Amino acid sequence: MSTDVVLQARGLTKHYGHVVALDNCDFDLRAGEILAVIGDNGAGKSTLIKALTGAVIPDSGEITLKGEPVHFRSALDARRAGIETVYQELGVAPALDITQNLYLGREQRRKGLLGTVFRKLDKAAMRQGSARQMADLGIRVQSIRQKVDTLSGGQRQAVAVARVAAWATSVVIMDEPTAALGVRETNQVLRLIERVRENGLPVVLISHNMPNVWEVADRIHIHRLGRRIALVEPGSTTMEEAVAVMTGAKQPEALA
Amino acid sequence: MTSAPPRETEAVLLQKEDRAGPWRTALSSQTAGPLAALVLAVVIFSATTDSFLNPGNLSLIAQQSVVVGTLALGQTLVILTAGIDLSNGAIMVLASVVIGNLATDGNVFGALLAGLAVCLVLGLLNGVLVSQFSLPPFIVTLGVLSVLTAAARLYTDSQSYPINSEFLTALNGGPTFGGVTITYGVMLWIGLTAILGYALTQTAWGVRVYAVGDNPRAAALTGIKVKRVLLSVYLTAAVVYAFAAWQALGRTPTADPSGYSTANLDSITAVVIGGTSLFGGRGGVVGTLIGALIVTVLANGLTQAGIDSLYQQVATGILVVIAVAVDHFVRTRQTR
Amino acid sequence: MRINRVAAAGLAAGIFLTATACGSDDSDSSSGGGSGNSDVTIGIVELNLSNPFFGTLQKATEAAATAKGWKTMKAEAKVPGDSATQVTAIENMIANKVKAIVLDPANPTALNPVVKKARDQGILVITVNATLTPIEGADATFATDNTEAGKLIGQWAKASAPANPRIAMLDFDLSDGPAGGRHNGFLEGYGIKDGDPSIAGTALTKGTIETGQSAMENLLSAHPDINVVYTINEPVARGANTALKNKGLADKATVVSVDGACSGVQDVKDGIIGATAMQFPSKMGQLAVEAIDKYLADGTKPTAGLNDSGTTLITDKPVDGLESQTSEWGLQNCWGEK
Repeated sequence: MSTDVVLQARGLTKHYGHVVALDNCDFDLRAGEILAVIGDNGAGKSTLIKALTGAVIPDSGEITLKGEPVHFRSALDARRAGIETVYQELGVAPALDITQNLYLGREQRRKGLLGTVFRKLDKAAMRQGSARQMADLGIRVQSIRQKVDTLSGGQRQAVAVARVAAWATSVVIMDEPTAALGVRETNQVLRLIERVRENGLPVVLISHNMPNVWEVADRIHIHRLGRRIALVEPGSTTMEEAVAVMTGAKQPEALA
Repeated sequence: MTSAPPRETEAVLLQKEDRAGPWRTALSSQTAGPLAALVLAVVIFSATTDSFLNPGNLSLIAQQSVVVGTLALGQTLVILTAGIDLSNGAIMVLASVVIGNLATDGNVFGALLAGLAVCLVLGLLNGVLVSQFSLPPFIVTLGVLSVLTAAARLYTDSQSYPINSEFLTALNGGPTFGGVTITYGVMLWIGLTAILGYALTQTAWGVRVYAVGDNPRAAALTGIKVKRVLLSVYLTAAVVYAFAAWQALGRTPTADPSGYSTANLDSITAVVIGGTSLFGGRGGVVGTLIGALIVTVLANGLTQAGIDSLYQQVATGILVVIAVAVDHFVRTRQTR
Repeated sequence: MRINRVAAAGLAAGIFLTATACGSDDSDSSSGGGSGNSDVTIGIVELNLSNPFFGTLQKATEAAATAKGWKTMKAEAKVPGDSATQVTAIENMIANKVKAIVLDPANPTALNPVVKKARDQGILVITVNATLTPIEGADATFATDNTEAGKLIGQWAKASAPANPRIAMLDFDLSDGPAGGRHNGFLEGYGIKDGDPSIAGTALTKGTIETGQSAMENLLSAHPDINVVYTINEPVARGANTALKNKGLADKATVVSVDGACSGVQDVKDGIIGATAMQFPSKMGQLAVEAIDKYLADGTKPTAGLNDSGTTLITDKPVDGLESQTSEWGLQNCWGEK
């Protein structure tokens, strides 16, 4: 496994009035890893993720992507830099089919006059592309022409992941992707996350579900009071220890 | 967890969709139900009256459908974004009386352009209020309806303008085949349906209109500029309403401020019977064309059968309820 | 530009009316009855003003009241049959202590309770154009005898009908008082009953041009031999004529109507309508105001029941034994914009 750092943050700080949401926070994501981010409610996880995806502009601190400093002013900036996000709520349009969802906002047009003058979509190419993407990720559906509302909840989230994995060129961020799912469907999505990593993209996984985190994560970023309080590996730290640190019951120095 | 080799899966995915083919797309969609209802109505009236099934009457049905039918095309766009336009009939009527008034000076082409301008300004007003200020379309268009109804009355002093211009009534003319006229108005209606159908199904704009109506939050997350899409929908609908105003002048050569007072609801009826969901994201203009024809067929057929026209309203109402129930069934069955 | 001009005209008219009202106050110019003073307010409740007939009636009533130096409160139904708006308006007028109400009822029975409430407070209620059921619900009614109007055109149609008449009837909701009166009057004048074999078909319109046209088209599709067309009003007659013209049947069918609007009389002159029964909405309003004036002066109530404001048959093809006036006369006496 490569140890090149893909996405890094140093000293991120963000105040909302007197409330400190990010307090000199560091962050490191290596190539080819699944990095879990855990923390109690209100610890500032979501502000960190927003800062990394351009939704929030930090007051101070530096973010580098593949060694280059970046200054995201909007979510679009982050997306242009190859960072894509999957959200807890189902970010799909149920009345559209799988292909339309995968290419939503990034539709491909035909070449030549049909495309430039008549703005005609290249449906065949998009179907090819989405079939390849679904196959690459091992997502099982009957046809890529199925409307998303004919899919199960897990399959729908799989479509959202496939969409993000298709367009991300550097990082995939998943914000509680299994929170709305049942056990079996959660497992489907976890396999999918691993598949995304195998296909070469590093994944940031924000989750409250500790067993899931210990099942798939390579490293775990423990967030508390607006900063990274510890960075551990699931093989060397137990869930109980991590939760104790996360909630402040135990000092991070006590960890191995 | 290795399943079948990826490449094979990909082939299977594509193969299955190829097998589906264009026929299934056409029939599996929302248009199948409305089409069946239209065919059923035609069969019943053909069997029960002597006069229904003849080319002249069928041509008449098409002519009677064009005004509300054209309005309903614009209404479809708005409803696909989970909106509703209660002001479309009033916009059309105001445009037609402005055209009728200005045309008395003789500059009929300028008058028609002024009618288009009226529609565009009002479409912009609706669109900006709905998209930029995030106001509910129902309330916005209800307010605009109220203002415009009064405006048309004040503008005309409640009098109607007879239209004598050949150009303005041109849509009532058309080639005759064996005594049956296919009017330019009917051709325009079908043409507009084809253009809008193409835009909705074959362009990125269309996909985004559906996405915005289906799940605006998800659409925004993918980077679609939801407000811009909404505004474009209201403006496109406004252009369609301008065509409807021209259609109205062709069909009834009088610009009448008290006419078409229920055209807004009639257009919604056509859209709903045509299988478009009031919740947005589902449906299309071909269904709307069929829906408008169904409403006209009921009025035409029941009158010819000598049945009290009040039953026409009963039949239309039942169809609306069936259409909404089917839509509800489709939506809940698939939302697990 | 046009809108500006209309707005300016409306503003000017408003200033003019205010000015005349003030003038009446100052000079205390009481005409006739002697009740002329600015303390009197009357209510005018009309039907939907999108129909110029009701607009004419409202303006005539208001002008007559203003000439007496009275103030007016006005209200109108939003759509045909909208009695709810009228009920609210009358309640407001009672609260504002009007002396009298001139009411054009949207529904014959729905307004009875609120009218009774007004009369119990000593307010004189006069209905115009349409009546309540029972007619005694109001103090008096000034209206066209719509049955008589229907009868006139029925008789004319019978006298000028072809040998084998095929009649189309383009109605308005028959629960509406005037619409029912005209329908029955026409049949009576023609000497037939509902269901007579000479009636080819009937259809409901909304009293507008485009609904008249569609209804006529549908009837013609089933019965191309229609040669007599009864229409509820002149806009419907206009629409029916368009339908006949499109089928090349305009010369073969005779259209009769009711209203006497200037545009309708012009249609008589142009041969689009064979005969129409003219109503006199301005007269209804003036008669109502005169009756109120008399009541305020000495407490004399008008004659209860229907006071006919008159109906005149307008046609350029007079028939023996039926009194009528020409379209030339009609254009002198019609209502609405010429």
